[in-house]
Amino acid sequence: MARIIESKKSCTVNPLKMSQPLGSSYAFLGMDACMPVMHGSQGCTSFGLVLLVRHFREAIPLQTTAMNEVTTILGGYENIEKAVLNIHKRANPRLIGICSTGLTETKGDDVDGFLRLIREKHPELDSMAIVYVSTPDYAGAFQDGYAKTVTALVQELATPTDVRLANVVNVLPGSHLTPGDIEELREIIEAFDLMPVFLPDHSGSLDGHIPNEFTPTTLGGTPIEAVRNLGNARATLAIGEQMRSAAIEIEMRTGVPYHLFDRLLGLEASDRLIQTLSRIAGVAVPHKCRRQRSQLIDAMMDAHFMIGGKKIAIGAEPDMLYGVGQFLHEMGAQLVACVTTTHSPVLERLNCDEVMIGDLEDLEQRATDCDLLVTHAHGRQAAGRLGIPLHRVGIPCFDRLGNAHDVSVGYRGTRNVAFQIGNIFLAHGHAHRPDEWPLPAASLAAASLGSEATACESGGCACEAA
Amino acid sequence: MAATLKQKIADVFDESGCDKNLAKSAHERKKGCAKQLQPGAAAGGCAFDGAKIALQPIADVAHLVHGPIACEGSSWDNRSSASSGPQLYRTSFTTDINELDVIYGGEKRLYRSIREVIEKYDPPAVFVYQTCVTALIGDDIEAVCKAAGAKFGKPVIPVNAPGFAGAKNLGNKLGAEALLDYVIGTEEPAFTTAYDVNIIGEYNVSGELWQVKPLLDALGIRILSCISGDARYKEVASSHRAKAAMMVCSKSMINVARKMEDRYGIPFFEGSFYGISDMSDALRNLSRLLVDRGAGADLIERTEALIGAEEARAWSRIKAYTPRLAGKRVLLITGGVKSWSVVSALQEAGMEVAGTSVKKSTKEDKERIKEIMGDDAHMIDDMVPREMYAMLRDAKADIMLSGGRSQFVALKARMPWLDINQERHYAYAGYEGMVDLVREIDRTLSNPVWAQVRRPAPWDVAGPLGAKTLGFPAAASAS
Ligand code: SF4
Repeated sequence: MARIIESKKSCTVNPLKMSQPLGSSYAFLGMDACMPVMHGSQGCTSFGLVLLVRHFREAIPLQTTAMNEVTTILGGYENIEKAVLNIHKRANPRLIGICSTGLTETKGDDVDGFLRLIREKHPELDSMAIVYVSTPDYAGAFQDGYAKTVTALVQELATPTDVRLANVVNVLPGSHLTPGDIEELREIIEAFDLMPVFLPDHSGSLDGHIPNEFTPTTLGGTPIEAVRNLGNARATLAIGEQMRSAAIEIEMRTGVPYHLFDRLLGLEASDRLIQTLSRIAGVAVPHKCRRQRSQLIDAMMDAHFMIGGKKIAIGAEPDMLYGVGQFLHEMGAQLVACVTTTHSPVLERLNCDEVMIGDLEDLEQRATDCDLLVTHAHGRQAAGRLGIPLHRVGIPCFDRLGNAHDVSVGYRGTRNVAFQIGNIFLAHGHAHRPDEWPLPAASLAAASLGSEATACESGGCACEAA
Repeated sequence: MAATLKQKIADVFDESGCDKNLAKSAHERKKGCAKQLQPGAAAGGCAFDGAKIALQPIADVAHLVHGPIACEGSSWDNRSSASSGPQLYRTSFTTDINELDVIYGGEKRLYRSIREVIEKYDPPAVFVYQTCVTALIGDDIEAVCKAAGAKFGKPVIPVNAPGFAGAKNLGNKLGAEALLDYVIGTEEPAFTTAYDVNIIGEYNVSGELWQVKPLLDALGIRILSCISGDARYKEVASSHRAKAAMMVCSKSMINVARKMEDRYGIPFFEGSFYGISDMSDALRNLSRLLVDRGAGADLIERTEALIGAEEARAWSRIKAYTPRLAGKRVLLITGGVKSWSVVSALQEAGMEVAGTSVKKSTKEDKERIKEIMGDDAHMIDDMVPREMYAMLRDAKADIMLSGGRSQFVALKARMPWLDINQERHYAYAGYEGMVDLVREIDRTLSNPVWAQVRRPAPWDVAGPLGAKTLGFPAAASAS
């Protein structure tokens, strides 16, 4: 049971947190033929774009309503209308995803009202979906904006239905999952002869494939029809506590029941997934999964030598923190410093004394006698100052390749993580030095029968002059 | 917008040192250079971004961003401006305001933040950046900075360039105004020489200043202050004692150069470190200005000798690539680095410029491009990604040099690409830089990986039995 505390500082130093609109845009990027738009000034979009480009090393479609001071004060109706028309004309997406920013929320734009007016005025836009989410950046964090957006997509698009397809399951991956994680989940689920429908699906849009044509929108991702038909599924699997509200939303609108997995990193956590899938599908656990499970057990035993007893400092969003933290705890590590970005029910279940909602300065201060720092790439300066290795998790990771393909879910993903972290400790092994085990003064004194040692320590004694 | 900010913006738009501006009518000039942005079709950073680009390279000060997390949270530690010493500029400080601050105002949080930064990090100065939300709710950062500065006995500099005031370029200038208003001229250098210069508008991206500095060192010219690459607060504060200045030609800091000339009589010229002849011109101009102001006349002769030696060395190194690069076609899409300064180096190595963007170039630039490249120079005003992609895919160019934004347009077309934008990690300034650029182009173009990645999958080329025609051993196709 962890205590949750909030940083008392006025000034955030080296932020861990990223903004809600960025999380929202990221969720929209998992939709097919979509153009995400931040309703705000151009800089917010520009920064968000650069950050995502540096992380994924992919072109990122992201637009802005380009508000300035005057339009902000007058209200953003015209800018939203122009943006929607422009995007429709130039990129012709099937979905425009609009999220608000601090600026337009401070003014209090009624975007839902604006969109109703725009719809009335422009029937030519009828075939294009528009989904709006309120995500001021002075509240919440990346994962909150992401979760709200997935919920909004369900609210706006999912329709009640009588159809039930016995082999279809909905999957709601949290923002802490990579495109590679989604791909892995797809394989696991298909091994049970089930057909997963992911919302959102970054494994289609941000997996680094080479398209044949250049498109200005996302290419790949969840098609709109798939969201409309969420009600056809047998069950919904929500990955991460952040996905609970979207899962409930599906259940309320369409009656599809949900299973929530607060993490998929770890042996027991993966067992739960496999067991659930086996029950839903009514088939025995395939040989492939059994074999992977036993490989994981072997990996955990190999890696526990390196990870056991190590002191760890983690800075990550709640669901990521919970997954990595609990797994490392299960491997025998000690969670000495845990810092996160926003509130979540999972935090108090974490196996440590205290979780702080704070920044990387807080993490650095608490990590002074830790062996490993686990956070996003911005932790590199802190790790350097602390002289300990950094294991990168989450967004942004701008100084490593292949972030989209990192896998840390299920038996195979967990095995990866056990090896990665075990290897870090192997590479940073501690070599003993000859002066590492000095005797205390009392023992030294005892060895010389209490005379010279004490005399010398008092300084200016006769033995130097002699 | 606060009246003072409005005044500032009008002021920087009315820049008399900007020839682009002088050519405009009085009415046009008032409108300024700010183009109305197209919602849904806009790209580019905000004024805050521009101010941060201009000032963050000052390495020993604390840069504190007053606003919600969006502004600093997704942009910190993302620029490659290098420091030879202090690293505090890479530590991120932001007030990260919350809902209550929006309702009740964020000034108190800002004041307490300044105190925390000074208590914990003791920098020579704190720079405070205004952003959209805090500007909209009326937080008076000038007043807070003044109060905090008086209370804590340290310069606390307000940088009033909220994002919604305009684009990056305006932000560069507003950031520079903060230096003029609050920093430059507030301290004295330990000593001065007849060879002291300021380099204005150079941000030491990837350490480019260090490709130029050895040349100045060799001539005995001292950089009193570089504004702002690898700068220290005290250097900038005492930069008013320089004898001459060079304004690096992006015009992003022309207001600093001109106002320092007005106020302190420091003559300046506009120059560039990109391109061989540009580099030589810069050295010549610096020497001339210094000699005019009392430096020894031999400086000119020494400069010419150095230029002679270094140019010959650079050209011969570039020429060595001609056999490998002759006839290769380059598509040059740039913003920051002036196109024409790169073109001559490319031509020297035997390359052809298939096209170049002139979106941000002045009329004068365009004339010069024509001069260098001939009348049929393919000037591209504003190429949309789809066209770039088509141009590359249809092999109208062998390599694209551009900013990071269009990187994936090239890579998705499986075309070689080189980053020549601000966030790049290679340094391309001075004589060394041009040689490095040509070397990088060669390294990129000659990489066998292009042949690999363009090779279609065998089953796409031939039918089910086609493996044979591609020369695979029969055994491989049998399974
Ligand atoms: S546009 Fe405004 S709110 Fe957005 S990043 Fe720039 S200063 Fe911040």
